[in-house]
Amino acid sequence: MTDSLRSAISAIAANKLRSALTMLGVVIGVGSVIAMIGIGEGTKQKSLEELEIMGSNRITVSPQRGRGGTGSDNALRVEDVGKLKSRIPAIKEITGVVSSRFSGQSTVKYGAFNKRTSVTGAEPQIQLIENARKMYAGRFYTQEDEAYMRRVAVLGWAVYEELFAGENAIGSTIKINNQNFEVVGVVDYKGGSGWMNPDDQVYIPLKTAQDRLLGTKDRLHMITMQGISPDVLTVIQADVEDVLYETRKSATGEELFRVFNQAESLEAIQTQSRLLSMLLAGIASVSLLVGGIGIMNIMLVSVTERTKEIGLRKAIGAKRSTILSQFLYESVVLCVMGGAIGTVLGIGATNMVAAAMQVPAVINTVAVFTAFMFSTGVGLFFGLYPAIRASALLPIEALRYE
Amino acid sequence: MSEMNIPPKAVIDTRALSKEYVMGEMVVRALREVSISIMNGEFVAIMGPSGSGKSTFMNMIGCLDRPSGGEYYLDGREVSRLGDNELAEIRNKYIGFVFQTFNLLPRTTAVKNVELPLLYGGVKNRTELAKSALERVGLAQRMDHKPNELSGGQQQRVAIARAIVTDPVLVLGDEPTGNLDTRTSFEIMALFQELNRAGKTVVIVTHEEDIAHHCNRVIRFRDGRVERDEKVENPTDAREELAKLPPVEQPVATA
Repeated sequence: MTDSLRSAISAIAANKLRSALTMLGVVIGVGSVIAMIGIGEGTKQKSLEELEIMGSNRITVSPQRGRGGTGSDNALRVEDVGKLKSRIPAIKEITGVVSSRFSGQSTVKYGAFNKRTSVTGAEPQIQLIENARKMYAGRFYTQEDEAYMRRVAVLGWAVYEELFAGENAIGSTIKINNQNFEVVGVVDYKGGSGWMNPDDQVYIPLKTAQDRLLGTKDRLHMITMQGISPDVLTVIQADVEDVLYETRKSATGEELFRVFNQAESLEAIQTQSRLLSMLLAGIASVSLLVGGIGIMNIMLVSVTERTKEIGLRKAIGAKRSTILSQFLYESVVLCVMGGAIGTVLGIGATNMVAAAMQVPAVINTVAVFTAFMFSTGVGLFFGLYPAIRASALLPIEALRYE
Repeated sequence: MSEMNIPPKAVIDTRALSKEYVMGEMVVRALREVSISIMNGEFVAIMGPSGSGKSTFMNMIGCLDRPSGGEYYLDGREVSRLGDNELAEIRNKYIGFVFQTFNLLPRTTAVKNVELPLLYGGVKNRTELAKSALERVGLAQRMDHKPNELSGGQQQRVAIARAIVTDPVLVLGDEPTGNLDTRTSFEIMALFQELNRAGKTVVIVTHEEDIAHHCNRVIRFRDGRVERDEKVENPTDAREELAKLPPVEQPVATA
């Protein structure tokens, strides 16, 4: 056994180019599968995390703009919030929201610094609903601030960085659309992006925003709420629509409200990432196949040489079993080495691409195992196949093989 | 020449040995009931035109091929009906085969090539035995060279070392000088003669009369049968022939 292993290793060392090319096939196959699956999974995790940043189990209702026909009442009012809260027990937290996002951005100033951002007016529950529990400094505003319509503000991380650049902000006075507000807290970095970036906003009490800043009176831009669990979101959505339509009618029968159910976007993200994963897995399969064909080619090209070699080995007294075990060892050693190199390169590539794309690097052990097995299987098959055939020949037939 | 005390015992004894090949619709009878005895210590040349069956006979007695009929006693044992593994063992222990095209493992050193039969025979002190076999064929200085770093003559010496390293009763050469120039051919024949004088039974196939004349006995094949089988009176001594050849041109140093 050790002799077979030793002669397998010396055969590998003697045929460096052939060995390297065979290994390359395995390396490409295994490496690409690991990298592709890793990146796909990473992207999916990133999407889910971003959803998590926006708060979990959320449902948001907003008026369908310009729909419903003349005479339709699709405005959301403060009293709707109370009604929904009291009628639907599956709602954990709820608040009305007004936001300068809907009326053009606001300018926030501190000293010489200013930043265009959006101002969110909402009751203090928004902290829980939007998952802004973690404060970098200070506190979130309270029900008392809300009741007294205080001019207090809680800054998102991006706004804080822009205006205060790491300095203490608590107690400072900033100007929002030229009105003074006292900074009472800064929400810690959440890592969002895009139009709805939760880091790029300023929270102020709802009534303060309605009466003092945006002048929306008792109208709301939207109502946002958190369900007690992800399972009840669909039920809540139906209940919300029931309650709202009780007192309203659409003249044309069109929808008056747009309901954003996070369960749906979760599903959308999952569908999307499943598609992405399938696409990447497809690419990886092709790479695996190409690697496999590479292995096959190099093995088949060397079949004549190998058959003659086997003829010679038999002529000087090798038994069939000895030859087979030597070739088996040779293939196993090559494939395992190739697989190990491929795994290392694949993990390395996953980490590099993940870092560049700013997604977490995920190594799927099942994918690693499957790719490893496939490449090793191909390597074994095409490594052993000529040996099985040639070792069954009479020595003279193998020696004369063309 | 062989005045040593060797008991007359048949190393090779074939009885009505036949071989037929089916080629398409035709049946080619390569060997037709050949019965030959070769005694211990003989040095035999097998000759004949191509297609005469000489190579087929060689492959038969080297156990590289199986006969279609007849019997073959190697060192007193009937081997023509043995199984694959037993034949492998016979080839390993009783026979050393030297090929026209050397058939060394490429990219593998001389000493590793020579060790190979010992590896298959499960012998322990392989490197030591391989080295002494290479010394015996005059390649002590070239042990760690690979075949592509050796001349044709040197490669054939490595092949001979590989053939004798297991100390077989029978050394076979299938046109061992076929790919070599005159001087190298004589060198190889000198080596075979040395082996024979040391007691080995040697059988070679050749189609060159002067090469065959180094042997004690020449068996001529024609159409799958033995045509003539005769003793050689006063065989050529390869060493003496080598001495007669003009000296090897030494490469002139260029400034």
